[in-house]
Amino acid sequence: MKRNLLLNVKNLETTFFTEDGRIPAVDHIDFHIYEGEILGIVGESGCGKSVTSLSIMGLVPSPPGKITSGQILLSDVDLTKQSEKQMRKIRGKEVAMIFQEPMTSLNPLYTIGQQLIEAILLHNKKMKKKQAQAKAIEMMGLVGLPRAEQLMKDYPHQLSGGMRQRVMIAMALLCNPKLLIADEPTTALDVTIQAQILKLMKELNKQFKTAVLLITHDLGVVAEVCERVIVMYAGQIVEEAPVEELFKNPRHPYTKGLIQSVPDMRYKKETLYSIKGNVPKPGSIAMGCRFAPRCEFAAERCTTENPPLYDVGEMKVHKSRCFLQEMEGSEIAEHVIESR
Amino acid sequence: MLRYIGKRILQLIPVLLGMTFVVFLIIRAIPGDPAQVILGQQATEESIKALREKLGLDQPWYIQYFDYLKGLLTGDLGESLRTRQPISTEIWPYLAATIELAIFAMILAVIIGMNAGIISAWFQNSWFDYIAMVIALIGVSMPIFWLGLMEQWAFSIELHWLPTSGREEVRNPVEAITHFYLIDTLIQGRLDQFWIAVKHLILPGVALATIPMAIIARMTRSSMLEVLRSDYIRTARAKGQKMSKVIYKHALKNALIPIITIIGLQTGLLLGGAILTETIFSWPGIGRYIYEAIGYRDYTVIQSGILIVAFMFVMINLFVDLLYSVIDSRIKYN
Repeated sequence: MKRNLLLNVKNLETTFFTEDGRIPAVDHIDFHIYEGEILGIVGESGCGKSVTSLSIMGLVPSPPGKITSGQILLSDVDLTKQSEKQMRKIRGKEVAMIFQEPMTSLNPLYTIGQQLIEAILLHNKKMKKKQAQAKAIEMMGLVGLPRAEQLMKDYPHQLSGGMRQRVMIAMALLCNPKLLIADEPTTALDVTIQAQILKLMKELNKQFKTAVLLITHDLGVVAEVCERVIVMYAGQIVEEAPVEELFKNPRHPYTKGLIQSVPDMRYKKETLYSIKGNVPKPGSIAMGCRFAPRCEFAAERCTTENPPLYDVGEMKVHKSRCFLQEMEGSEIAEHVIESR
Repeated sequence: MLRYIGKRILQLIPVLLGMTFVVFLIIRAIPGDPAQVILGQQATEESIKALREKLGLDQPWYIQYFDYLKGLLTGDLGESLRTRQPISTEIWPYLAATIELAIFAMILAVIIGMNAGIISAWFQNSWFDYIAMVIALIGVSMPIFWLGLMEQWAFSIELHWLPTSGREEVRNPVEAITHFYLIDTLIQGRLDQFWIAVKHLILPGVALATIPMAIIARMTRSSMLEVLRSDYIRTARAKGQKMSKVIYKHALKNALIPIITIIGLQTGLLLGGAILTETIFSWPGIGRYIYEAIGYRDYTVIQSGILIVAFMFVMINLFVDLLYSVIDSRIKYN
C-alpha cells in the first residue's frame, strides 16, 4: 500500500545561541511521517526530541533558539517559512500537541470547558458558543471522560492526572488535526493509566486517521503503539526502522544498549545493563561519532569521522549511523579488537 | 465566605484596640499641653487649669482612655479639643480629599505600572525592558518631596500648564456635596470646575503614583516572567492563540495575585495620607489634618484620625484577600 507523505523534515537544524556559544540541539535531521502513521522518536533526555517537536510547532523559545537551516514540509507547505500569523492558523488546527505534564499543562484559572471552547472557537470563528460547547462535550465522551457536562464546569485541579491528559488529548483533537505531536504523554502518569492513555491514542489514531509523532524515552511505549521508530542521540538520528525490525535487529550500538537496558521479567539477573557514561553536553562534541565516548565498539576512526546514515538491507526502511554497517564479518571482528 | 468575612472582622477588633492604646500612650508622651497650645503663651495658670478640667485632661490617663473607648463603642469618635467640633463630621472633607487623590494616583500607577511590567516580561531583555526597569529602579528610590518640587517648578512655574497647589481655585470654589470634587462638579454639571479639579490632581497624583507605579511594574514583570515559563502558556500557544491574548488572558490572571497584594498595600499607604505630598501641594487631606492636630496637641483628633486610617488599611487588605478567591478558585475561605 502506497501511503501519502504528511510531514517531511529535511536537514533540520535548530540552534540555541547561549552565552556558552552556539548549541545545535537538533543537528541536521531528516525524517518523514505518512498520513495516519504513528512514528516514535526515542532517546535520552537532552537528545533533541522535544526541540524537534517544538520546531515543527514553531514554538522554539526564541531567543535563544532558532531554526537555522532545513525545511519542515507539512503537505508541501514549508513551516519554517511561515509567519507567526500563518503559524497560528496551523497550530491547533493542522498540527496539535500534547505535553508531558498533564498536571500543569492546563491553565489552573479557567474551567475545562472554557479551555476546550477556546480551542474550538480559535479555528472556527463563525461557530456559536453553544455549538462549540456541544462539540467539546462530544469530544470528551470520545476520549473516555465520564460526566462530560459536569467536567466542563470543573477546574483542572479537580481532575486526576489521567483525566487531565484525556482533556489535553480531547483539546488537541478538537479541530481534527492531521498530525498530533505527543511529547512524553504518559511519562508523568501511573502505569495503569499509561496503558489506558496509549490505548486511547491508538484508537483515536485509527478513528480520526490522525498521524501521531510520539516522543518518548520509554521503549516499552514505542513497542506498544508505534509503527516506525527513530532513535535520536545528541541531536542526531542514529537509527531508523520499523518497530519490529528495530527490536529484532537493532544495528546501532546505542539502540542495542537501550534495548538491553530494559528490564526483562523472564530472566533473573543480578544487575541491569546500563550504557556507560552520560549524554554529552550539547555542542561539546566537535568531531567523530557522538556516541563514540560511550560506545563499546569505538575504534580510532569513530573519534575523527562522523559516520553517515547507512541503509540497512535492501528495503531502505532501516537506517543506522554506524561504521559497522560498512563492514563485512572479518572487518567487524578487526574493528572490535581494535576498540578493546 | 460570609462566615469568613465575619471572622476576619472580629479579628480586627483586638488589632484596632491595641492600636488605639499604643497611639493613646504615645501622643501623651509628647511634651506639651493642649490647653496651653489653645490658650497661647500669655494664658494664666488658672485659665489653663480651668480648660484642662473642661476638656477632661485632669483625669488620670486610664480614665481618659476608657472614656474614649466608651465613645468609640457607641460610634462616637470624640470631638476635637481645639475646634470643639465632632471629629466624625470634621474629618470627612479631609478624608474625601485624600481618597480622591489616592484613587487617582493608584489608577495611574496600576495602568502604567502593570502594562510596563507586562511588556517588559513579554519582551524580556529588550531595550524596552531595560529602559522600563531602569526607570522603575529610579522610581522606587525617588525622594518624593524633591519630585513634587521639581514638578511644581517645571509644570507650574516655568510652563504654567498646571496649578501649583490646592484642590480648587480660590475665586471659584467648588460647592461641596460629597467632597469628592470630581463627583461634585459633575453632579452640578460644572464641567469647567471638573477640569480645574482634574488639573489640580495631576501634579500631586503623579508624585504620589511614582513609587507605587515602580513597585507594581517590577512586581508585575517578575510575576509574569515566572508565569510565562509555565506549561499552560505553551499549551495556549500550541492551540494557536495570539501572543497578546496568551499574555493578557492566560498569563496575567495567573500572575495577578502578588500584584494585587502590593496594589492593596500601596493603596492602604496612600490612604493614610501622604504627609509630604499633601504638604508640598497644600492638599487638604487626612495626612495634613493629623499632622496639624499633632502641632496643636489635639489628642482626640490624632487618636481618631489614626484609627480611621488604620481601619481603612486593614479593610483594603481584607478586600484583597477576598479577591484572591475570585481570581483563583483553588483558594477557598471557610
